Amino acid sequence: MSTLTTEPVREREVVVTGVDARPARVRSNNPDDFAVPHGREEEWRFTPLRRLHGLHDSAPASGHWNITHSAPAGASVDVFSDTNDINSRFVASDRASARAFAGRERTIVVTINAEAELAEPIRVRVDSKGVAFGHVVVRSGAHSRAMVIVDYAGTAQAAVNVETVVGDGAELTYVEVHDQESAAVHLGELRTFVGRDAHFRGASIMIGGDVVRLLPTVEYDGPGGSAELLGVLLAGPGQHHEARTFIDHSTPHCTSDVAYKAVLHGAGAHTVWVGDVYVRHTATDIDTYELNRNLLLDDGPRADSVPNLELETGQVRRAGHASVTGKLDADQLFYLQSRGITEVEARHLVVRGFFADIVGRIGDDPLAERVAQAVEQALAETPTT
Amino acid sequence: MTDQIRDDAADTTKGTPVHTLEVRNLHVQVETEGGPREILRGVDLTVRSGETHALMGPNGSGKSTLAYAIAGRPGYTVTAGDVLLDGADLLGLSVDERARAGLFLAMQYPVEVPGVTVSNFLRTSVGAVRGEAPPLREWMKEMRAAFDRIGMDPGFAQRNVNEGFSGGEKKRHEILQAELLRPKIAVLDETDSGLDVDALKVVSEGVNRLQTNGQTGVILITHYTRILRYVTPDFVHVFVNGRIVAEGGPELSDELEGEGYEKYTKVGAAS
Repeated sequence: MSTLTTEPVREREVVVTGVDARPARVRSNNPDDFAVPHGREEEWRFTPLRRLHGLHDSAPASGHWNITHSAPAGASVDVFSDTNDINSRFVASDRASARAFAGRERTIVVTINAEAELAEPIRVRVDSKGVAFGHVVVRSGAHSRAMVIVDYAGTAQAAVNVETVVGDGAELTYVEVHDQESAAVHLGELRTFVGRDAHFRGASIMIGGDVVRLLPTVEYDGPGGSAELLGVLLAGPGQHHEARTFIDHSTPHCTSDVAYKAVLHGAGAHTVWVGDVYVRHTATDIDTYELNRNLLLDDGPRADSVPNLELETGQVRRAGHASVTGKLDADQLFYLQSRGITEVEARHLVVRGFFADIVGRIGDDPLAERVAQAVEQALAETPTT
Repeated sequence: MTDQIRDDAADTTKGTPVHTLEVRNLHVQVETEGGPREILRGVDLTVRSGETHALMGPNGSGKSTLAYAIAGRPGYTVTAGDVLLDGADLLGLSVDERARAGLFLAMQYPVEVPGVTVSNFLRTSVGAVRGEAPPLREWMKEMRAAFDRIGMDPGFAQRNVNEGFSGGEKKRHEILQAELLRPKIAVLDETDSGLDVDALKVVSEGVNRLQTNGQTGVILITHYTRILRYVTPDFVHVFVNGRIVAEGGPELSDELEGEGYEKYTKVGAAS
């Protein structure tokens, strides 16, 4: 039986449901198969195209790259500066992605050996400038356990796609941290293939940049796979952070759990979450849930939240979504302050607490500390009452 | 400053109070859909540390409004009157300043704070009220002892504040906080409501400890006499229609148990 659950909706909420979760989209690695978007297309309607510096149009690649990495025993990272054969499964779904794939200047290949259980995360730092096109491949061997953290810095207008293949029975956490300079633009299509009985946890952390727009997609290579897509978005004045998640359930006994949270402050801060879930008729006995929560620290920002769920079968364990957008809870602040805690500290506790479950699920202490610092800075920029 | 005073207070009998809360002619209005509405219409109440005052009245009489107004909850506007703690004005202080001055409010509906652990919350709160965070090792001991006293599993320390707590657990947690924060004046708003008998006994013992340590004056807001089987008040005030209409000793609560508030609500309506 299918059950649809939706939590109560609060102020400044934009929810559109019932839209086809998967319109027939063009898929191709040839940029010319896609028209130049003008902004009214469904998939571009929230994106400030004028701030993309032509990434979606025809700006030529001119990237300067500084890539550093470390990997513990059982894994390796290789960086290529040609468009050599990488045995790719990537197929782009928009013009910017196709341009990035066709014109990739760097390809970062992360390999995790079968049955390896990594003691440390694999860390990759990408610092780039100019118009930069890149590609990341992550392949985790069967029954391996690993975490990969890719950390973006610099001022580039970058388009970097990611393809992740999670081996059968493997556990993989893939984290992208976007903490670029304030002028930076980043577009990325992140396609993940989850093996039989494998577990994938994908996390997008958006702190910096002018525009960050990610398209995380999950497909299942076999039955029994599970996937989490997690998001931590902190948008300040003028920043645009957008995530369009897509879960494509085609195999039985799989689960998906999407949880994106955003904190916004200041004039022009804008976050977008569009969560598409498509359950094909072959995807019986699946469990899917989507959650989006947005916390507005003042009257300046705007949060758009659009869950779309399309079911071709009723033979599912659960299929639901919840979306809540609101301001800091006055009752929570009063409660904390009535215990002697200052308003400033009460706000810190509540906002850090807002992200705590997601950050805890990602499970990397240095990352948790970075998010905490970003929260601190955001609050310092937000006047108290 | 407070250590010396607290030492004195510990040796003090009920006859020689150390701290005093004075509520004088308090008028309070709250915002409603139909505009501002006066809820408190001249409340006078003096509470000294070591004393327990039961404030009893029917639903809607304004008891919780008094609690919130004293604590400084936004939306509760004092239009006349004073609230003084040891002679110093409380109404000019923010909510957190009042708490640091020695006021505690146990809430009728304790608020859930997602992502903030009880342990972090308690230590932050105790640190704020005492002026410095207690050393970690001593703090762990102190916290564990506090959980023990109130009959809560120490595992609650790692849970998020009030999240998923039963009604009884939330109320125990409120009294636990009162014991850790050692307030001069504790206002307990319907702390007895929704408790089974076992929880009521445990919570009452906590209230009695606050009272008998001589440091804390307790205002016990309730509309049932049930908790007064376990907590003996020094004074009982009958609260009707936004003001205190009768005062007496513990015998007054016996009378209320027998006869209810009817005779007072009629008086209130006539005045």
